[in-house]
Amino acid sequence: MCRLFAITSEEPLSPMMAFQALDVMREGHDGSGVGLFLSDLGGPFEELKGAPILSGIFTNEGLKRLDQFMMNIGFMTKYKLSIKIPKSPPPGTPKRDIYLIRAYEYPESWEGLSESELDHRLMMVRLQLRQMGEENEEMIVYSFWPDVIMIKEIGDPLLVSKYLHLDREELRARVMLAQGRQNTNYAINLYACHPFFIQGVATMTNGENTAFVPNREYLSSRGFPGYIGYQSDSEVFTHILHYTLNRLGLGIEAYKHIITPLQDDDLEKHPDGSFLRHLKHSCRRLIIDGPNCVMGVLPDKTLFVVQDRKKLRPAVVGGRPGLYAISSEMCGLDVAIPDRDRSRDFQPMHLDTAVIHSDRQEVRIWSQTERLPLPH
Amino acid sequence: MVSNGTITPSTLSIKDLSWQVHWDKERCTLCGRCTAVCPVHAIELGVHRKRVIQMPALGEIGQSNDSSSINQVYYGVRQKTDPAYACVGCATCTLVCPNDCIIPYRTDEADKLRFHINRGGQPRRRGGRRNVRDPDPGGILDRIKFIRISMLTDPALDAGRHEFELRTLLGRILPPEENLRMLKEHGWIPPVREIYPLIIGAMSFGALSPNMWEGLQMGVAYLNEQLGMPVRMCTGEGGCPPRLLRSRFLKYVILQIASGYFGWDEIIHALPEMKEDPCAIEIKYGQGAKPGDGGLLMWYKVNKLIAAIRGVPSGVNLPSPPTHQTKYSIEESVAKMIQSMYMAWGFRVPVYPKISGTSTAGSVLNNLARNPYAAGLAIDGEDGGTGAAYAVSMDHMGHPIASNLRDCYLTLVKVGKQNEMPLFAGGGVGKYGNLASNAAALIMLGASGVQIGKYIMQAGAGCVGSESDRCNICNIGLCPKGITSQDSRLYRRLDPEKVAERVVDVFLSFDTELKKIVAPLGRSTSLPIGMSDALAINDASAAERLSIRYVV
Repeated sequence: MCRLFAITSEEPLSPMMAFQALDVMREGHDGSGVGLFLSDLGGPFEELKGAPILSGIFTNEGLKRLDQFMMNIGFMTKYKLSIKIPKSPPPGTPKRDIYLIRAYEYPESWEGLSESELDHRLMMVRLQLRQMGEENEEMIVYSFWPDVIMIKEIGDPLLVSKYLHLDREELRARVMLAQGRQNTNYAINLYACHPFFIQGVATMTNGENTAFVPNREYLSSRGFPGYIGYQSDSEVFTHILHYTLNRLGLGIEAYKHIITPLQDDDLEKHPDGSFLRHLKHSCRRLIIDGPNCVMGVLPDKTLFVVQDRKKLRPAVVGGRPGLYAISSEMCGLDVAIPDRDRSRDFQPMHLDTAVIHSDRQEVRIWSQTERLPLPH
Repeated sequence: MVSNGTITPSTLSIKDLSWQVHWDKERCTLCGRCTAVCPVHAIELGVHRKRVIQMPALGEIGQSNDSSSINQVYYGVRQKTDPAYACVGCATCTLVCPNDCIIPYRTDEADKLRFHINRGGQPRRRGGRRNVRDPDPGGILDRIKFIRISMLTDPALDAGRHEFELRTLLGRILPPEENLRMLKEHGWIPPVREIYPLIIGAMSFGALSPNMWEGLQMGVAYLNEQLGMPVRMCTGEGGCPPRLLRSRFLKYVILQIASGYFGWDEIIHALPEMKEDPCAIEIKYGQGAKPGDGGLLMWYKVNKLIAAIRGVPSGVNLPSPPTHQTKYSIEESVAKMIQSMYMAWGFRVPVYPKISGTSTAGSVLNNLARNPYAAGLAIDGEDGGTGAAYAVSMDHMGHPIASNLRDCYLTLVKVGKQNEMPLFAGGGVGKYGNLASNAAALIMLGASGVQIGKYIMQAGAGCVGSESDRCNICNIGLCPKGITSQDSRLYRRLDPEKVAERVVDVFLSFDTELKKIVAPLGRSTSLPIGMSDALAINDASAAERLSIRYVV
């Protein structure tokens, strides 16, 4: 099983906190890999809020190709975080040339572009780099987005984090997602490692999606270039969320209605029953199945967690105003926020979506049976 | 025939027939039930002459002048050899015999009868099913395995206790963005029905006896109203009894319109009095049993009631044309026909076409996908059964359903319309008795639901017909079980209540079996349409053809 940990904090935190939380939950994961998503960054990146940050792993050759490519489009390096890698990696971790975290200045020709056009172009650059990287296995690109850093590697989370010196001062974030396992259902591949990211949306999952093939087929046929990959069955959760927010213009509260819609009796009693029935019918191929707990971040830095319809994977949310975390296990939460009121801890069930907005003042619980805040 | 008698080309011996009726003189009570019940008069009272040699006792030798050779007469059963009266193997004689003394046996070699059933230049016509024995045991659907068993990473579900959402959708479903926009702008959203994925396919009132039809309808009503299973049944081309048209049960019925338009006068006239909309309208452009050929109700079955419902004189053959007479292009006239049917019910009822399995199904589908009104596509594969057809159509024409359906589904996936156009598959589903696994295989290959005909006749009413040419006389209205007869002396044998009970049994057991398939695959939140990663077959070419996994 995977172990997941997500945190949102007023004060920028070191990623080591997330790794410690994963470490205390180590009985629940096999320590085969690690994935980290950082946003609402502190440190030097705070000054660069609008600048897109490229995260990935490169060979020396790949880096040359990257530089040439970025220069051709007109991207200038604004800031880079150099990770000096010790000689011998921890057991199971391959030796890499470069772990890249680099902020860029937009090309001049991009000035004045609309936000949606900018979002689209950033995604296309990431996809292009990914495709270039696949040719000779020279680059692996996780994200290219303002205020987002991602690191993924094979190996034990705590050992990898020490190996990469992720406790450094420059690396601080207010929103973090961390996951402690390589993909087990399909081949080991860094692109199969959670969290997954697309245009500001990131999610990670503890679970197994048995409706993966119909989900994947549907997303792939939406004509949206970003819906590719699917080295992991969980990547569809990220894309379904992106589809919900960006293509359907609905909020996080609708996400659960798309992935695990209500059944007949509940729909009939629901104040938005008719709307939800339409949503259920038209998004039928996005219904997921199997045991799944999905945690993620929205573009506005809202943190959330949802469960599947009946099997459920462990998750608990708790904290105090200014600092909230979602963890697969209680012990992870205890390590991260020991001084919280534990009686307020909440374990979301089959109807719930737990949401912590970016003001970090409370955990809002949306039940699927509640009225939806629909756009009018 | 005496040894020096004349013979004609069609003079056959019992050995030449497909079925030989074995009769045991010792056990026969001479009650005459078998000869009375035989639907094709293959057996008759036989007065047999037999010579008996009477050997006198030793002491009596030489004292009597009587001949020791005596001719005696005994009575029994004689099988006719005239091809017009050849035994069809239905074994109704066996069913009625009080002493189990009579039974038909299939001949031990290919019969010679087949060369002679075309008297008067009329090729063989029959009802029932294909007479093709597959070289492999079972059809392709029976060989598909479900291999993605949820093990430790995803605990399997409990088929008996978990909730399962096994419904499917019939109707054109808009893309999500479009659907939300229409909701906002109060635009027209095509009607969509949530139905059970196993549908009783088109068998007309006329092809089926009134008792069979009533039994099916009662079973369907019970499933809906008492058990909450939204099972639907298609009328076939033969209209619909007027009382049903005006009842609340119409909502469980899919009305079919086909090229003969039989019964539509009655339906149109009933429109203002309808309490409920029908579930859907199926426009039949083709059927699996006689692809590219029109429907056929032979004169034997056109009695007064059938004639009245269909709006025709009684006692005449009712061949429907192979195509709709107004149809000259799919872009225009098919679209118009679909729209007209929508219009008749105020755009509240889904309308979808049904075609025979064909290598051109892809072109049909592409056209329909561009027609915003087409509510789906039903494809009937070569193994479909029928009430009447030319034997050659049944045995040799048409496309197998599995690859036809799979191609269509993958075409839809390519253009991203796999959720918009539901596909329904039929033709030989459950042919070898494996209804649930066949249906599940088709669903995972991409069908939104499956249609059954023969299966429900066999399981629901005890039809004895088989894929190897047993009985199959549905066309001439002599069904010994009363399933496809319009003769009240025959169909009164069938109790509609009992048929209804069997229909309910069939659907309940199917439901359990379907859950026993999807639960171990880890699926319960929605019907696993297109879940092809669960499927495999031990035939590499079939696996490649269907884009599923090859296993040995």
